[in-house]
Amino acid sequence: MTTARAELVLWAAQRVTAVFLAGFVLVHLVTIVYAVRGGLTAAAILARTHASIAWPAFYALFVLAAAVHGAIGLRTIAAEWLGWRGRGADLSIAAIGLALAVLGLRAVAAVAA
Amino acid sequence: MEHLKVDVWRGGAEGAYQSFEVPRRASQTVLDVVTHIQRFLDPTLAYRFACRVGMCGSCAMTVNGTPRWTCRTHVDKVARDGTLRLAPLANMPIVRDLVADMREFFDKWARARGQFTPTRTRADDFAKVDPRSAARQEADLAIECIGCGVCYAACDIVKWNPAYLGPAALNRAWTLQTDVRDGARAERRRAVEGDAGCHACHSLMSCTELCPKALSPTRSIAGLKRQSLRSLLGVKEKA
Amino acid sequence: MTIGRTRNHPAYWAFLVHRISGIALALFLPAHFLALGTALEGEARLEGFLRWTEQPWVIAAEWGLVCLLAAHLAGGLRLLALEFLPWREWQKALAAVAAGFALLAGLVFALAR
Repeated sequence: MTTARAELVLWAAQRVTAVFLAGFVLVHLVTIVYAVRGGLTAAAILARTHASIAWPAFYALFVLAAAVHGAIGLRTIAAEWLGWRGRGADLSIAAIGLALAVLGLRAVAAVAA
Repeated sequence: MEHLKVDVWRGGAEGAYQSFEVPRRASQTVLDVVTHIQRFLDPTLAYRFACRVGMCGSCAMTVNGTPRWTCRTHVDKVARDGTLRLAPLANMPIVRDLVADMREFFDKWARARGQFTPTRTRADDFAKVDPRSAARQEADLAIECIGCGVCYAACDIVKWNPAYLGPAALNRAWTLQTDVRDGARAERRRAVEGDAGCHACHSLMSCTELCPKALSPTRSIAGLKRQSLRSLLGVKEKA
Repeated sequence: MTIGRTRNHPAYWAFLVHRISGIALALFLPAHFLALGTALEGEARLEGFLRWTEQPWVIAAEWGLVCLLAAHLAGGLRLLALEFLPWREWQKALAAVAAGFALLAGLVFALAR
């Protein structure tokens, strides 16, 4: 994954996921502020996520966008601050992205069920 | 008479700072200080200068941690506590003392296809470029670069990413991408994309902050990024 | 030796804040997903975890995370504007606006919690 074209695609993917995440994060911030008023309870959280398929769907998309965005970001930081580049680095970063996505989707399933 | 304590890098990659005491004078520039050291204190000191009036950029070096033109830097402005620390430009191998090896700086310029590619011959009519057109105004904002290397020395991405072409090379590439006469714009776009090219820029803007000609490589690189994204999405370039 | 002008200007601070907040969020995400995943073991388990988060230091850390999230979002929007909108000369103002937004988000969260 080291051709200039591939790197351009990664850079573009990070910007595109950033645009989606901007919307998702705004919704998330507003939701957080709304949810913590008067104390946070599991019952309240689950009532919200069970109420409609929209919430789990939203969070699933959120998770996928965050996993892609975060992994590409970490790749850049690893290259620039740790000098870690090349095939090994790319595969490790891909694994991290995958792990984030899996953990995240598991969490979505946990609150959607 | 007041004196300045001046620490000067001596040697190559291996070396040390050597201290000199230089008489302080009114309206003194850092270049005056370096010249004094070489003429009266240590003739073996190696340093670069040419025009000494802020036009050529040859005297660029690191003054108290910041890359600047020594002929355009007043001692009063930088020697707050009566001391100066002089080193060659960062991000470049050291030839000796205050002289940096600029070969890779210019090699990257070539790798970014920073050369004009003509499409007309002497048999053709002159190309007509309206200086007020948007494209030409963009090019004109960036065209005054004289390759002094200050931006390259200031850029942390150059420091962290050895393959990065750097602000000067990319800035020059932009002036050609906005030049309606140039015939190699597609190839140049490919030459400046990727982790070694414009996409490695994180808009730190140290280049823009320090450019002695008040250019904005960040602005030029943003233009390259936009062109590259448009090409990825299949949007055709105008003219 | 002073840092000098090379790293001591708003755009550089904006970069540092954006990168460090990104790293912090990337490190936090797995923990966040695992915490929510406790709901897989039933509502009571998630509720128990939420009680644990009532401790003062956790609430303070949460506030920090919300600020980091808002800062990363604001900084990211600034970058998207820098890179994709026609260039404007008031870049420093953009950085200031981003910082302002982050503080505002933190304040709102602190009041709600």
